[in-house]
Amino acid sequence: MTSLNIIKAVNAGLRRSMENDAKVLVMGEDVGKLGGVFRVTDGLQKDFGEDRVIDTPLAESGIIGTAVGLALRGYRPVCEIQFDGFVFPGYDQIVNQVAKMHFRSGGRLRMPIVIRIPFGGAIGAVEHHSESPEAYFAHTPGLKVVTCSNPLDAYWMIQQAIELDDPVVFFEPKGRYYTKGEVDLDGEPDLPLESARVALPGTDATVVAYGPTVKTCLDAAAAAADDGRSLEVIDLRTLSPLDLRAVYDSVRRTGRLVVVHEAQRTLGIGAEVAARVTEQCFYSLEAPVQRVTGYDTPYPPARVEEEYLPDLDRVLDAVDRTFAY
Amino acid sequence: MTVETAAGATSPEPELVQLLTPEGQRVPNERYDALVADITGDDVRSMYRDLVLGRRVDGEAVALQRQGELGLWASLLGQEAAQVGSARAMRPQDHVFPTYREHAVALCRGVDPLHLLALFRGVDQGGWDTVGSNFHLYTIVIGAQTLHATGYAMGIQRDGAIGTGDPDRDAAVVAYFGDGATSQGDVNEAFIWASVVNAPVVFFCQNNQWAISEPLERQTRVPLYRRAAGFGFPGVRVDGNDVLACLAVTREALQRARDGEGPTLVEAFTYRMGAHTTTDDPTRYRLNAELEHWKLKDPIERVKAYMVRGDLADQAFFDAVEEEAEELAVHLRAACRALPDPTPTSIFDHVYVEPTPGLVAQREEMSAYLDSFAEEVAR
Repeated sequence: MTSLNIIKAVNAGLRRSMENDAKVLVMGEDVGKLGGVFRVTDGLQKDFGEDRVIDTPLAESGIIGTAVGLALRGYRPVCEIQFDGFVFPGYDQIVNQVAKMHFRSGGRLRMPIVIRIPFGGAIGAVEHHSESPEAYFAHTPGLKVVTCSNPLDAYWMIQQAIELDDPVVFFEPKGRYYTKGEVDLDGEPDLPLESARVALPGTDATVVAYGPTVKTCLDAAAAAADDGRSLEVIDLRTLSPLDLRAVYDSVRRTGRLVVVHEAQRTLGIGAEVAARVTEQCFYSLEAPVQRVTGYDTPYPPARVEEEYLPDLDRVLDAVDRTFAY
Repeated sequence: MTVETAAGATSPEPELVQLLTPEGQRVPNERYDALVADITGDDVRSMYRDLVLGRRVDGEAVALQRQGELGLWASLLGQEAAQVGSARAMRPQDHVFPTYREHAVALCRGVDPLHLLALFRGVDQGGWDTVGSNFHLYTIVIGAQTLHATGYAMGIQRDGAIGTGDPDRDAAVVAYFGDGATSQGDVNEAFIWASVVNAPVVFFCQNNQWAISEPLERQTRVPLYRRAAGFGFPGVRVDGNDVLACLAVTREALQRARDGEGPTLVEAFTYRMGAHTTTDDPTRYRLNAELEHWKLKDPIERVKAYMVRGDLADQAFFDAVEEEAEELAVHLRAACRALPDPTPTSIFDHVYVEPTPGLVAQREEMSAYLDSFAEEVAR
């Protein structure tokens, strides 16, 4: 076992994928000598060379568009988008080209591209550095969208994403980048990429989260336990396709569901989870599904982000509401 | 003509590389004659055939659209020479990224035109073998494919398939786009990218003077080929209605790319003689006199004149080509009408490599719903 934070875990995963498959490339702004602004690609260019770890021009559409061409030529590009808010210049290429190529070619052409995006807030940043744009991508057929919440998942999920022949948007919770965890670098992943995980078993209410809010919810569950209430916390891990089997199972036992994400509420992942749980678990629900999310405003100035972001108290407050019916 | 990197944009009036005048006269050109010195009478006849077949496929498609057999068609009328000349400069291993108007290039790459009709009929979104033909799917979002071309060229570099001197190994990429596309960010990013990584890509711009209703002056204040200088690679303007000149200029650009000397911008100066697509009405924005003027520069007539002048073909040859074109059109007409519609549930087949559980469920849902009508009919 090795103790790693999420940055080092993604780095180790990238390294292993590059060792295993000479077609895997890393490309993005400042990913070479600098090792990326968060150092996720630290040391890769030194070891794999400039042809495989490519410092690109500063143009996101170009990063994704050239990755499409490289994939058509048989490569497996892993693109880094430096910050969540900077993905939008590349949005057209992702949504119109990457996502649709397999479909429109009748399955002849594959797009084994991974687009890594550090996302989420709580880092005191300026505008466009704290966004949670996952729903835009989860809404697009042809893309797979996943996110890790801890170093172990980060290490395995990045490798599984790279091995997949479908394009994957890989969200990394930058606010949790320095969270440490134990990783067995030589082990095997215990879950397929497209599956949720019960992060904490419980009996009284179900709390669903992903990425940065998983830790928030685990903390909330610890606090609730002190008050004698047992929360089951589920880490979605995959946002497209959604894997809600564990959620249905849990809600059928608890009858209460709270969904937690940093992204804005309206038409967010929580809305889809609520709709599906209503379809599948209608007779089990004791209360309406509650959502604890960012508000429907642009991401605010950093000095008020604490009030904007879901925290332990807001999660517990929502859990209380599910018991009020 | 060619603006080299260091020289910058200087010429007040852009010169066209031209080897055949509109009257079909072969004009000598110190730089480009050598690039077509190997072209035989057979080659000219074969290019003429491609031009005629390309125009006939196009005309047939327009007619099929008018008859309701196609949803839409984007006509290449007037651009046959730019397409055939550039396509004939390629080697089999060179890869093409077209727009949605490169029908004659498709023909030259061995793509069955029925596939093009199928796309515009709404049967599929591109059913041809892009790997075997080295002709990628049509791209409809303007300019997006120039980045794909550049990335593909970066792959060629990584495969060590440039600069080896082996004519069967060294490869390059051709990205087609139009004058309107030069305003797109993607095209400009592709120029930057290809330049700084020295990618083996030829940017082949068919400047047909019109982006739907917007004339060239809405896109640029300088001749398009001169933009290349600012990005750091050569640009050249060629008479896009002169198949021989397009062949020569593209051959030179492709060889530079295959030799590892980087990208070139070719501006093929031509004219969209038809509408933008079958839904467009050019009488709302341009004068008929302009079309009449360009008809005098017709890309096929001038080759024919050249062949007659040089005794490269007799009437029997021209008749045979016409006959072949007519047979192709008749075949396409019938084959297009016979194209089966896709089965509704096939839309779920290729969203992902393996269908997700959610899509499997939706396919069953659609299937059951459609079957419910069959049961009603049976009752």
